[in-house]
Amino acid sequence: MSVLSTAAAPLPVEAANAVAPLLSIQGLTKHFPARNDRIVHAVEDVSFDVKRGSTVGLVGESGSGKTTAGRAILRLIEPTGGKAIFDGVDLFSLSASDMRAYRRQLQIVFQDPFSSLNPRMRVAAILNEALDARGFPRGQARRDRVAELLTLVGLSPDHASRYPHEFSGGQRQRIGIARALAVEPQFIVADEPVSALDVSVQAQILNLLGDLQKRLGLTLLFIAHDLSVVEYLCDEVVVMYLGRVMERGPSRLVYAAPRHPYTKALLATAPIPDPTRVRTHVPLQGDIPSPINPPSGCVFRTRCPEAIEDCAKIIPTVDPVGGGHHVACIRHNQPFA
Amino acid sequence: MAAISVPVHQEPNILSRLLGRPTSAIGLAILVLIALAAILAPVIAPYAPAKLSIASRLDPPSMAHLFGTDDLGRDVFTRMLYAARTSLAVGLAVVVFASIIGIVLGLMAGFFRKLDAPVSRLIDAMMAFPDILLAIALVAALGATAVNVIIALGIVYAPRLARVVRASTLVIRELPYVEAARALGIPTPIILVRHVLRNVTSPILVQGTFIFANAILAEAGLSFLGVGISPSIPTWGTMIAVGRQYMDQAGWMMMFPGAAIVITVLALQLVGDGLRDLLDPRLAKDI
Repeated sequence: MSVLSTAAAPLPVEAANAVAPLLSIQGLTKHFPARNDRIVHAVEDVSFDVKRGSTVGLVGESGSGKTTAGRAILRLIEPTGGKAIFDGVDLFSLSASDMRAYRRQLQIVFQDPFSSLNPRMRVAAILNEALDARGFPRGQARRDRVAELLTLVGLSPDHASRYPHEFSGGQRQRIGIARALAVEPQFIVADEPVSALDVSVQAQILNLLGDLQKRLGLTLLFIAHDLSVVEYLCDEVVVMYLGRVMERGPSRLVYAAPRHPYTKALLATAPIPDPTRVRTHVPLQGDIPSPINPPSGCVFRTRCPEAIEDCAKIIPTVDPVGGGHHVACIRHNQPFA
Repeated sequence: MAAISVPVHQEPNILSRLLGRPTSAIGLAILVLIALAAILAPVIAPYAPAKLSIASRLDPPSMAHLFGTDDLGRDVFTRMLYAARTSLAVGLAVVVFASIIGIVLGLMAGFFRKLDAPVSRLIDAMMAFPDILLAIALVAALGATAVNVIIALGIVYAPRLARVVRASTLVIRELPYVEAARALGIPTPIILVRHVLRNVTSPILVQGTFIFANAILAEAGLSFLGVGISPSIPTWGTMIAVGRQYMDQAGWMMMFPGAAIVITVLALQLVGDGLRDLLDPRLAKDI
């Protein structure tokens, strides 16, 4: 998949890469208050860029902070710190009313297709709400637009008069995507949009997202816990663990040559459809530690097969290792034992 | 699919499903009958409600006076029909008034975290008073008129609704479709009405039915105690209050209005139970 979709950027690839990214996340931090004045470090100093027209995968297991990061970028939860430069404007510095004007540029597709649609609203009403938010005129043009949106996501225009409960999970997810597209956003956060669906339906929704992304020149932040799903769709990958970025870079580099022990472990556990393959087992011991009391130094050290004494002392910086590939590991230069 | 406890959209025709349950159907039929009797009172009633007849004081039930006459010779059946108008109207008005207060308080407490503690404490404080005692105190303070009885009972029953609305709002607030609306930049008041309130209608409907029943009982109680609506306006409560003085000579004066209250409240409870079972998927499965 090309880094840039032709629809979004008429510029040649080289020139476009030099242009500022559509969204630049800088030092995003989100802390939640917990009992006894303790703090949940949900997201800690996360930085990455999303190029216009590209798809970036945000990957990590449960509790890695990937969903929190996605919601904080859209200010669905208020971030504790950092910046989100969208098209030259820091979203985090906007007042609530100024942010409202930006909302239609940034949309979200949710994980759970059942609770993401108001059960008391017909599909037409759901889409109309979004079109109202965009200031789309009413009347015949509106009805045409609703039909067009439904067709765009692979549904039929006469589905507009139905209620959400009349649809399957995959169809509901399509409605959710149509709602996000109704305001003609530039940027969409897809928060595990297929993980609640049957495997047979997952591919359809992934194809739809990939297709729409190319056709409409969308920029996607695709949140997932499954690396194989991300590989299929994403130009770049950001691997998160316990609120921090472990590794990021172009998908082909990260997948072909993962540099961080965590990414290696994740890739090793991803199922590969080959029954004859002998699994090279990379043990990932224990559970993800509590974000209330994260380990000192590198947050991954407690489960890292390569951890040394220094890992407890030094918080690794996210260092470039060439080709846009970045790794947060003090040992990335050393050959692992 | 059913694993997520989200208010699932109900079959549009809740009425036909209600009628499919024998107990609810009976309750509904009785309510319709009583409502019709109240509305058509001037047509059905054989006498004028205030027509005195000294000659036929305290007459027992007969063909001329179906439910007998009272101490002033007025037809009890006629007065009961007119009383039904007051009792039902007061009950309905209490439901509406309590709903308005209850919904506003419940939405505020449930949706806005900062308001939850103060509003919830207020609700708790109001519920700590015995219902009828609080109503008597309020009517005593405001004055014994029909409107004040409605206000007093509305205030008494609002906390129950507020609790139900708050509990549902707490759940709905966290659902992705509310988040989606926020992501679209929909203003909070519209989110509250379109996305939250619309999905709390079922518990409000159920609670409203029970409040209706309670309000009729409470209004009768207030009137019986003499702190309710002025005795010149017939309500079932005032009729019982007057009838009490002639209990040994003319039991029908109390009996029939009393039966009317029992039957109306019972019918409302049957309908309320039916609604609750139909609208609450968890209970519906056990039945």
